[in-house]
Amino acid sequence: MIDRDVLERVLGGAVRTGADFAEVYAEDKRSTSAALDDGRVEQVSSGRDRGAGIRVVAGETTGFAYTSDLSEAGLTRAADAAAAAAANGDDRTRTVALTPSPAHRPNRIVHEPDSIDTARKVELLRRVDDAARSVGAEIVQVSAGYGDSTKRVLVANTDGVCADDHIVRTLLRISAVAAGDGGMQTGYKVLGHTVGFEIFDTVDVDDLARDAARQAITKLSARPAPSGSMPVVIRHGTGGVLFHEACGHGLEADHIQKAASVYAGKVGQQVASPLVTLVDDGTMPGEWGTLGIDDEGHVTQRNVLIEDGILTDYMWDYLRSRKGDHPQSGNGRRQSYQHLPMVRMTNTFVLDGPDDPADIVAATPSGVYVAQLGGGSVNTASGDFVFGMTEAYLIENGEITEPLRDGNLIGNGPQVLRDIDMLGNDFAMGSPGTCGKDGQGVPVGDGQPTLRVAALTVGGTAA
Amino acid sequence: MSTALLAIADRVVEQAAPGEQVEAFVSRGGETEIRVYGGEIEHFVSAESEGIGIRVIRDGRTGFAYAGTLDEAAVSEVLEQARVNLQFGTSDEFAALAEPDGVAVTAQTLWNDELASFPTDRKIDLAKELERLGASFDARVRVDDANYADAHAEAAVASTTGIRTAGRENGCYVSLSTLADDGDGDAAETQTGFGFSVGRHPDEFDLERAAKDASDRATRLLGATKPTSRRLTVVFDPFVTAQFLGVISSTLNGEAVVKGRSLFRDRLGDTVAAPGFTLVDDPTNPLAYTATDVDGEGLAARRNVLVDDGVLQRFVHNSYSARRAGAASTGNAVRGGFAGTPGVGCLALSLVPGTRSQAELVADVDDGLLVQQVQGIHSGVNPISGDFSTGAAGLLISGGEVGAPVREFTIASTLQRMLLDVVEVGGDLEWLPMRSAGMSLVIRDVTMSGA
Repeated sequence: MIDRDVLERVLGGAVRTGADFAEVYAEDKRSTSAALDDGRVEQVSSGRDRGAGIRVVAGETTGFAYTSDLSEAGLTRAADAAAAAAANGDDRTRTVALTPSPAHRPNRIVHEPDSIDTARKVELLRRVDDAARSVGAEIVQVSAGYGDSTKRVLVANTDGVCADDHIVRTLLRISAVAAGDGGMQTGYKVLGHTVGFEIFDTVDVDDLARDAARQAITKLSARPAPSGSMPVVIRHGTGGVLFHEACGHGLEADHIQKAASVYAGKVGQQVASPLVTLVDDGTMPGEWGTLGIDDEGHVTQRNVLIEDGILTDYMWDYLRSRKGDHPQSGNGRRQSYQHLPMVRMTNTFVLDGPDDPADIVAATPSGVYVAQLGGGSVNTASGDFVFGMTEAYLIENGEITEPLRDGNLIGNGPQVLRDIDMLGNDFAMGSPGTCGKDGQGVPVGDGQPTLRVAALTVGGTAA
Repeated sequence: MSTALLAIADRVVEQAAPGEQVEAFVSRGGETEIRVYGGEIEHFVSAESEGIGIRVIRDGRTGFAYAGTLDEAAVSEVLEQARVNLQFGTSDEFAALAEPDGVAVTAQTLWNDELASFPTDRKIDLAKELERLGASFDARVRVDDANYADAHAEAAVASTTGIRTAGRENGCYVSLSTLADDGDGDAAETQTGFGFSVGRHPDEFDLERAAKDASDRATRLLGATKPTSRRLTVVFDPFVTAQFLGVISSTLNGEAVVKGRSLFRDRLGDTVAAPGFTLVDDPTNPLAYTATDVDGEGLAARRNVLVDDGVLQRFVHNSYSARRAGAASTGNAVRGGFAGTPGVGCLALSLVPGTRSQAELVADVDDGLLVQQVQGIHSGVNPISGDFSTGAAGLLISGGEVGAPVREFTIASTLQRMLLDVVEVGGDLEWLPMRSAGMSLVIRDVTMSGA
């Protein structure tokens, strides 16, 4: 994308006024998307985003500028703008020597999106539309979207780092609306991986579409969710978002260093049930949060955050590592070249526990079984977090019974982690997600076995 | 200047082949963002960006492509790519670009020259001053971040159907997040607050109030407990009402209506809300943060009454949803930049305010809750089924008096019921940095789910 000698000159120029670090992050991204709604392929769209973000750090101050002009002149202008905000008045020459890192590619891409005819991508949408509508006359509307992207990334900095990545993403989403006497209900399924079109060789998209349709139809007979505190069982492969919100964000070193997290100062302490081992791993092949390098050029890795309930470490990016004198963990991420990197999760999951999932439900006299969760959010300082349930059932006398209408669940992170009293042995990764923080969205994965929280507040309307 | 962008759009439209409709949306903009922490600049972002999105319609098929550059060769590539993409779409008799409808544009002052030349060091000073003020009201409060941000944008739209418009705007805001700490050891707790101020120029900022809001919001929740579950009357703070109106607006979206996805799709002319509930979308109101002269398709922005004294009057449309509904565009095409095609949405939504203050509204509530913040509106509200459930924090109301703080609970009902259960709209209207205004709003019979 950019010649090495150009990068070396731009970086050298960026620190000539006394800054102690400069970085160029360049990306070239091509994306294709197609949307079907109301039985029509409404539109196929394609786009190209190409540019570089330049970061210059002097002490505690970061200057940042970006440009869509990748010529040496364009990069130099952006570097000057970034350096103007982070300078200490020196004027000196500094030579930067970059050492290209060997490629780290956790994913093997078989069919690059560009090699697949657009007609085949659009055909998937017609198939899922037909499959969803075939489930029942109650299905009154279906919308589906296909998206792929191919992103080349290059990161170089004044510490000599020079690394690149090639990230492919493929995604298919289906949403169905069912109508009945009691109004309308919705069903939603999404499939996404950091691989190419080969994902559709192993996943039956018709099944996915039928699942979305069945979910909507099932909810037509749903009753209002209960209200109050009660045991909640969460199905495997859907509740990773609970950990993402209950503790994931609170373990990001930027919140820790500002003492804006309930987990600050707790390394080595028991913060969760001894059943819980929590890992963030950016190297899992094919998963939505997987990368070869993070967006600061650091090779991704597997980080154990909580082991048998004991807090072992936080997640780190370049700035927080520098300040905390701690190694980077491959968690420096950004939405695009137009954004500053910060500490972010990759794929965050809880390892298997001892229990048979069937026993977990059977051991619960009454409560709620959540089969699919929606999004969530957390206040890292207070620890209060919410997440939505988009498919849930009552548990009565140890059995899953009636479907429930949508609602939020609310809990306090440290309390909920201690209240996990059963953990299944059926680990599964969940659906692709987008994690939002400080206005930036990045793709993340999550996973967990079936588990039970002894007490969570269910936000329904029934007594 | 926008004339340069219009010239780029014109050149694309001139290349339309016979039988083709072509629309070009061209934009260019920039931003400054300064974050201060501990009296020092934590980061300073200064950047410019530009791009073009091109829509081509032929034989009822639509294709779209974009690029984040205005480089001439790239623009030609985008047009070609949009033409390639259209062959994969389904032919749709309603697919067509917007046509001029004769509605006059309400002139707006969206650009401020003084902001454009406002010096950088004064922007930094504003953020530092805000940080200092944030921690000055209460010893338990510290500032997590204090920010100054401004943005400017110019855009042009031109099409083969005769749309040709260009304009520019700028604006700025300051914001801060606070943390309030209390207690030691196991009893230690931290609560958070936020405050902001917006303007067309920094002279319009009220730093003192932004800082006080952020300080109060955090300290008010210290010592909050989890309430017991029950049904009660809620009083929404203006900021919460604005978020609630944002959810309501998605049920009045013409695209959701024509595709059968709105719970009010068959209800025009029906009573859907309590008397006194009048909902208006008016981007021509210069007080609105999102005031604008034209919509995303280049049609004049206009005032639309959606619900009048509880009766559903109108849905909002862009040209496509209007054509399908057999109606006219209400000037509600919304565009999220050059990388997408126009959707449908409200532009500047507000309730017609009542006359009483929040204190007067609270005085009438026997057992209730003053809701200061909601959490998870995106995850717990389903605008298609109408189910409403969101995390919340606030102050209990007992016998007309505001009392103890509560947190870690949800409030729930359905959108259909909540509109009919509105007791009163407050007179304390406030335009907020979003597509809705806020004011206090009283709704009865909401379920509070806690311990």
